[in-house]
Amino acid sequence: MKILTGNDLKTGQVVWWDGQGWSLHVEDAVDAGDKADAIIAREEAECRVNGAYAIDGEKTVDGVRPAHIKDRIRALGPTVRPDLTLKPADPSAGNWVI
Amino acid sequence: MYKYDQYDQAMVSARVADFRDQTRRRLEGKMTDDQFKPLRLKNGLYLQLHAYMLRVAIPYGTLNSRQMRKLAHIARTYDRGYGHFTTRQNIQYNWIKLEDAPDILAELATVEMHAIQTSGESIRNISADQYAGAAADEIIDPRPWAEMIRQMTTFMPEFSYLPRKFKIAVIAAETDRAALRWHDCALRIVRNEAGKIGFEVFAGGGMGRTPFIAYKIRDFLPTGQILSYLQAILRVWNRNARRDNIHKQRMKILVHELGEDEFRRQVEEEFQHFLALGEDFPQAEYDRIAAYFAPPPFETGLSEEIDRSDPDFALWVDQQVAAHKAPGYAIVNISLKPIGQIPGDISAEQMELVADLAERYSFDELRATHAQNLVLPHVRKEDLHAVWTALHEAGLGEANLDLVTDIIACPGLDYCSLANARSIPVAQKIAERFADAERQKDLGELKIKISGCINACGHHHAGHIGILGVDRKGTENYQLLLGGSGDEETSQAKITGPGFDEAGIVDAVERAVERYREIREPGERFLDTYRRVGMDGFKEAIYG
Repeated sequence: MKILTGNDLKTGQVVWWDGQGWSLHVEDAVDAGDKADAIIAREEAECRVNGAYAIDGEKTVDGVRPAHIKDRIRALGPTVRPDLTLKPADPSAGNWVI
Repeated sequence: MYKYDQYDQAMVSARVADFRDQTRRRLEGKMTDDQFKPLRLKNGLYLQLHAYMLRVAIPYGTLNSRQMRKLAHIARTYDRGYGHFTTRQNIQYNWIKLEDAPDILAELATVEMHAIQTSGESIRNISADQYAGAAADEIIDPRPWAEMIRQMTTFMPEFSYLPRKFKIAVIAAETDRAALRWHDCALRIVRNEAGKIGFEVFAGGGMGRTPFIAYKIRDFLPTGQILSYLQAILRVWNRNARRDNIHKQRMKILVHELGEDEFRRQVEEEFQHFLALGEDFPQAEYDRIAAYFAPPPFETGLSEEIDRSDPDFALWVDQQVAAHKAPGYAIVNISLKPIGQIPGDISAEQMELVADLAERYSFDELRATHAQNLVLPHVRKEDLHAVWTALHEAGLGEANLDLVTDIIACPGLDYCSLANARSIPVAQKIAERFADAERQKDLGELKIKISGCINACGHHHAGHIGILGVDRKGTENYQLLLGGSGDEETSQAKITGPGFDEAGIVDAVERAVERYREIREPGERFLDTYRRVGMDGFKEAIYG
């Protein structure tokens, strides 16, 4: 599947296209199919996202996961600072990242 | 320390106002990202993996307690409570919001700081010997020249759209603590046979994907001609650089392609044009700038004795304290490499503690080093125990300067959008593997440097042991290099052979280190042994 990611323009936070808007959680990502370029162009023009791009992802039992390690690290946060990730209270949250 | 005059302050304040307006227009959608990106980069604002990253300039690595407290305030108020000291004596923040960036720059301007030319195709922050003004082995404080070069190269119209970035370093000692010959242009202040002070000039160095060690292009340049000579170098590069290929735009490529002699010839020719303009600074201007760097009022009659009865303190003194030029004083190196922690990271609370120590014990001066540590340059020897106690209690008392755990590591794939592999976890695992203090001391000076991509921000080319992270079919892989150095006998590290995974690279480093321990001769550092036996002396031990 093709999923879309970028950064929130104001905050710089990593965001994922959920079909309606941009979510902080990769689990919300949806398949953009062949509409990726059109969605990115529209959303960037409306300043709803910055630096958006399409990547390969896959659906797992735990939710959508990016194919490449770089985007998996983007999805959760730095592997060396679990306290700064999206799930700081969950020590197993990063098990799928590396 | 240099103090802004009305022109400096006006320029920096005007830049903040410009950027506030540019940011507002971007947030209102009146500017595209393509239009805004070069503007934010000119103000040190990158978009990284998790957020915007702001890189703040610390000219020649010198700052005072007021500035350090402001950096702590920014970390606490606008970031996530910490900052990261870089290999260019700067500090960067990893979690900045675009909407906050103008306010942060305004806060920095109140303490004579900014983020100008910390990014983009510009002349970057001038780096210098972190012991400048304190070192027992220096000829003269190099910072007045660094400051004059900073002023010349800030907002200079001819060099505002350079082919790529340009890095300058200045030192004034035999011992090279600034990795001089890895710079585009490097200046070492020397004294000639007539007793005159001038510059040795090096050009064409740099790391990245195509590493080159700088050539010496001038044995002796009178100090009063330095601005003309630097402009000549920049003009020759700016005019002739390959602008069609981003990988060939750095000056090192031009110097290499023209050849050392032809590059020197062109620079000397251009130099004559600049000299004829008579635009070099007059002695009075040097004197004005140098007055800001006058030595602090050192006390006399101080004791040289250090009470070494506490063994932990004695260990720290042996490793972290360097000779000072003033009797009774010492230079204190503060390790930002506690075992298992992130190299170069420091919390807001630790920044404030270091600021307090600088104010109380070091004439209000601090330095950042290219090895991602800090320095208190002027501490009375009788105050060393008090300084160590405070550092130790704050988690900053590690005694590992230049030892195997004093590892340079770039942010790597944990933070950087250019990286291919993580650097920090490798540094942490190596540090943990060699944590034993006796083992570290037995191994002696051993500089490990780790980069998460070919751009070499972690200086792997200059590591006694270098590690380069690469992407191999979507997984992290690490190449091992041996034999690099950034000191006065600069050398480029060579790749040992096939790469390793994350666990494997730590084991490989340990095998190389154990091989050194087996074959070293008395007094040899790791690098000395490598230079004596070459790669063949290590390869079998590493790969079996």
